[in-house]
Amino acid sequence: MAFLHGATKSKSGGGSAVKKRSLTPYLLLAPGLIWLITFFVIPIFSLASTSTMVRPQGSQIGTYVQELRFANYVDAFLANQEQYVRSFLYAGIATILALAISYPLAYMIAFKAGKYRNILLVLVVAPFFTSFLLRTVAWSQILGDEGPVVTTLKLLPFFDDSIRLTATPFAVVSGLTYNFLPFMTLPLYASLERIDPRTLEASGDLYASGFTTFRKVTVPLSMPGVVAGTLLTFIPAAGDYVNAALLGNPSTKMIGNVIESRFFAVVDYPTAAALSFTLMATILILVTLYIRKSGTDELV
Amino acid sequence: MAKTKVSQDTGDLVLNRISKYYGDFCAVDDLSLTIPDGSFFALLGPSGCGKTTTLRMIAGLEEPTAGTISIGETDITTQKSYRRNVNTVFQNYALFPHLSIFENIAFGLRRRGIKDVKDEVEKALSLVELGHLSERKPAQLSGGQQQRIAVARAIVNRPEVLLLDEPLGALDLKLRRQMQIELKRIQLEVGITFIHVTHDQEEAMTMADTIAVMNQGKIEQMGSATELYEAPKTAFVANFLGQCNLIKVKVQSRSGGKVIVSAKGHTFEIPESRVSSSNDALLLGVRPEKLRLDDKGVNSIQECVVTDRSFVGTSTQYLVRTPWDLELVVFEQNDEGLHDLRVGDKVSLEWDSEHTFGLDGAQDVNAGADLDDDE
Repeated sequence: MAFLHGATKSKSGGGSAVKKRSLTPYLLLAPGLIWLITFFVIPIFSLASTSTMVRPQGSQIGTYVQELRFANYVDAFLANQEQYVRSFLYAGIATILALAISYPLAYMIAFKAGKYRNILLVLVVAPFFTSFLLRTVAWSQILGDEGPVVTTLKLLPFFDDSIRLTATPFAVVSGLTYNFLPFMTLPLYASLERIDPRTLEASGDLYASGFTTFRKVTVPLSMPGVVAGTLLTFIPAAGDYVNAALLGNPSTKMIGNVIESRFFAVVDYPTAAALSFTLMATILILVTLYIRKSGTDELV
Repeated sequence: MAKTKVSQDTGDLVLNRISKYYGDFCAVDDLSLTIPDGSFFALLGPSGCGKTTTLRMIAGLEEPTAGTISIGETDITTQKSYRRNVNTVFQNYALFPHLSIFENIAFGLRRRGIKDVKDEVEKALSLVELGHLSERKPAQLSGGQQQRIAVARAIVNRPEVLLLDEPLGALDLKLRRQMQIELKRIQLEVGITFIHVTHDQEEAMTMADTIAVMNQGKIEQMGSATELYEAPKTAFVANFLGQCNLIKVKVQSRSGGKVIVSAKGHTFEIPESRVSSSNDALLLGVRPEKLRLDDKGVNSIQECVVTDRSFVGTSTQYLVRTPWDLELVVFEQNDEGLHDLRVGDKVSLEWDSEHTFGLDGAQDVNAGADLDDDE
């Protein structure tokens, strides 16, 4: 009987194992899913509904009722066109600058650094050990009137003594570039490091000079890194408001600053929500076009 | 396919006393070599013998520490790799993963400013019989197909010399055999000098007209496969190409075209022309398939014992111990003369004088043995 008992037991055990296995993916997904539903999906619906609300005549500040007024979007956009354009312009310039700085850096770490490779990678990530805000505030010190950059520039003949860097577009773009640089460098490094050096040798063997090899083999093979890096830099930079707030002036306001002040200073929730949605949609469209254009799906 | 034949008479490839040092380590040691135009040449040796370094110096991927390399009249020693009319088939093919097969093959042509590449590329593709794959990406091809594309990508440029770096190393045995025949066919068709680097002696013997056996940065011996196999000049070559029995012997007399030698009371005969040393201590070499399990001939050893036996289809391989405890390998052809001996059986060995060779006795008997199956 003991034998029979054991046999049935193992059989049923096997059955439940199959059942468990089919449940496992969902169990593993659950924490993330619950998190996203609570803190992303529900808020986004609430934000969407806020964006078409209207403040009834004579009511208290912060009271809104749903009237499905889609014209909110048009009003919000028309009132803040300038900041929109500026956001994408600054984010675009910062992305290009970050790419120009990161590519040689990542290339050097991937191909030439030898035993220093790991140390250099740690240095790339090192700024993350201090707070984002602190680092941005530090930039206003660095670029300040008595700071090292301005004093050095004043020594040069082509700048007159009235030169200022704080509260300028230059400072905002510099801050953006600096803050998102690691997000550019790391994916670039990852894709460059994956290139088989023998394909580069093969290119040289097939009559391509060093520069042609770079153009025809290295760059195309690093495209997944370029795309990932530019997205990781451009998207947060376009929505950023810290750099413009700390390093800029009223005429360098980005759309992030407008949304922030609409929400917290003016308490104009519908306009802020509509602006947020417009920003999100614009970024989504740009990103889709960009990925289509660069054709990276074929590369990976 | 006669059209693809290029007989530009580019001249021989000459390596003149080249050396390559990495710090204190000497990879290639004062090596001189002339490779005739249009030949299929193999550099054969165990890993670390300097053969790949030699190849990379010819390709221009490494610069020799000393010495010169020239093709015909042109000295190419310091020429950049992209300026040399030499192309390489890399060990793991190194195809460009982002380009189609067509563009991979067209790469070299385009770099040299040739606009109309279609004909040339298609010709190269049909040479390797893969014309239907031109739109695919390398990752969509099997190992054997990638290998052939790598050959096509190099050959389409009609180089003066084509270098093949262990080109078949990543393929399985059956495919490797097939590709050996294929590469030989392509070489005959295009008539370009092929220099093939390998650690696989069978591969070298199947394909190359001339083989140079390399060991520790030097060439041990150079010749045709038959020459190297039948009349090796060093213990390393004897052991590295196939299996070999080497017996330590003393010279008794040299006269009448014969060298009489003895070992532990047995006397043997070696034709004088097959003795490569004037030393009194020699190594008598005889290949396992040349040994017979008989006791009739001039050269025989009685009172031996079978210590191991393995049946491998075409032959039975015996390990036979001589009275002085030396183990010899004997291959017996699997035909009507088969003795079918068991372990422990008493047996005699004999062989013909013309199948033996005499090497300098100062060498290590085991040099080059058990080296060919690494990697």
